[in-house]
Amino acid sequence: MPASFFEWVVFFAKKYGIFFLKGAGTTLYIALISTILGFLIGLAIAVIRTTPMDEHDSQAKKAFYKIVQAIFVAYIEIFRGTPMIVQSMVIYYGSAELWGLDMSPIVAALFIVSINTGAYMAEIARGGIISVDKGQYEAASSIGMTHRQIMISVVLPQAIRNILPSIGNEFVVNIKDTSVLNVISVTELFFMSKSAAGTYMRYFEVFFITCVIYFILTFTVTRLLLIVEKKMDGPDTFVIHGSQTVPSAVLKGTR
Amino acid sequence: MNTPIIKVSHLEKNFGENKVLVDIDFETYKGDVISIIGSSGSGKSTLLRCINLLEKPTSGSIYFHGQDIQEKGFSLQEYRARVGMVFQNFNLFNNLTVLDNCTVGQIKVNRKSKSEAEKFALEILNSVGMAQYIHAKPKQISGGQKQRVAIARALSMEPEVLLFDEPTSALDPEMVGEVLSVMRNLANSGLTLLVVTHEMAFARDVSNRVVFMDEGLIAEDSTPDIIFNNPKNQRTRIFLDRMLNQ
Repeated sequence: MPASFFEWVVFFAKKYGIFFLKGAGTTLYIALISTILGFLIGLAIAVIRTTPMDEHDSQAKKAFYKIVQAIFVAYIEIFRGTPMIVQSMVIYYGSAELWGLDMSPIVAALFIVSINTGAYMAEIARGGIISVDKGQYEAASSIGMTHRQIMISVVLPQAIRNILPSIGNEFVVNIKDTSVLNVISVTELFFMSKSAAGTYMRYFEVFFITCVIYFILTFTVTRLLLIVEKKMDGPDTFVIHGSQTVPSAVLKGTR
Repeated sequence: MNTPIIKVSHLEKNFGENKVLVDIDFETYKGDVISIIGSSGSGKSTLLRCINLLEKPTSGSIYFHGQDIQEKGFSLQEYRARVGMVFQNFNLFNNLTVLDNCTVGQIKVNRKSKSEAEKFALEILNSVGMAQYIHAKPKQISGGQKQRVAIARALSMEPEVLLFDEPTSALDPEMVGEVLSVMRNLANSGLTLLVVTHEMAFARDVSNRVVFMDEGLIAEDSTPDIIFNNPKNQRTRIFLDRMLNQ
């Protein structure tokens, strides 16, 4: 039997290395997929919530729009206002109890983390859309673009760029918070660690390793996102390479 | 003359309690180059923004070739494509390159092919001296260059009328000239221009009509010669004295 702290760490790393890696893989998989799905859910909700109503629209359409808005607000408030660990229990066991749904833990995990993230993302994305300078929208309107065209070509690309740090934040939070899914037996990193630790009753050594793995995961992700941001922004200056030949042209203003 | 391109009739615009436009009647004919002058808060920009419905008028009508633009069924998108606008703060699409700024409208609104749109955009960018910067992003170019691209973007839609909302007010003094010279060329090309401006020299030398606005009303609407040398309205005189003797 290992005697010192470091001997235990080495022992666990050797014996359970593959377990830790599997757990880390599951954690990363759930966090990544759920962040992407949550982002898509949030973006869709934000786009709908920021769509202006036309005064020519019918009463029925306006009423329908109000109901949809209310549903979104309820969704956002409920999922932001309750702990994910509780949501997991309610959804996993509730769906089995009420509808006889036999979700595998991993599917349940993806579902729970996605809709939980979606609630946060909806507000983040709405903030991103609102933060795009009003002049951008006006300029696009002034050349005759429709609301949909403006959103797709002008507003959303800028909004998404602006909320990238917050999306990264959510991703990091998700990597860590998937640990609560051990309550529904998802075999992610925390669950694997607990099993390993329980076998030898060595909690400190095992969770020290777990801690290091979580940190490596989150740190790598934040670095990668920073690179993506830099790449999206491009350089601040523009250099003209050589002389470009362009067709000589006259002003053509009139039709 | 024939029917005016744009006719504004009894236009009124309130922002809450604040009456910005009181009662505006105004016509623009093809080839007109009209400068709209007046002190801050006189309603010049609001008038321009009402004309392409960026602001919704409180009451009154605006006609484009005799057609009421606020009527149900009138295609606002089509109208806006034919009445371009250049803003004080340029408002270039920050996520797009100079070239894409000038093609996105052509492709999405005028349904041109990408290559066709790029060819035309290049022609126009060349005419405003920005062809070398087609791959630059807005944040990489200067204010004067941005405004020239913004003008090119508006021109890429082949508009009948161009509205300028204080196009040189946000520029460093040494960059005002390059933008004004582009606008001079446009005026000479026969395009109809409505220019809200504080550049008195431009109003005097380039436009064929000058509109002086004061407290939400058109106080005087005349030739540059009369406005600058022999204004009928006392307020025009006071305003110009102040502007020209700075």
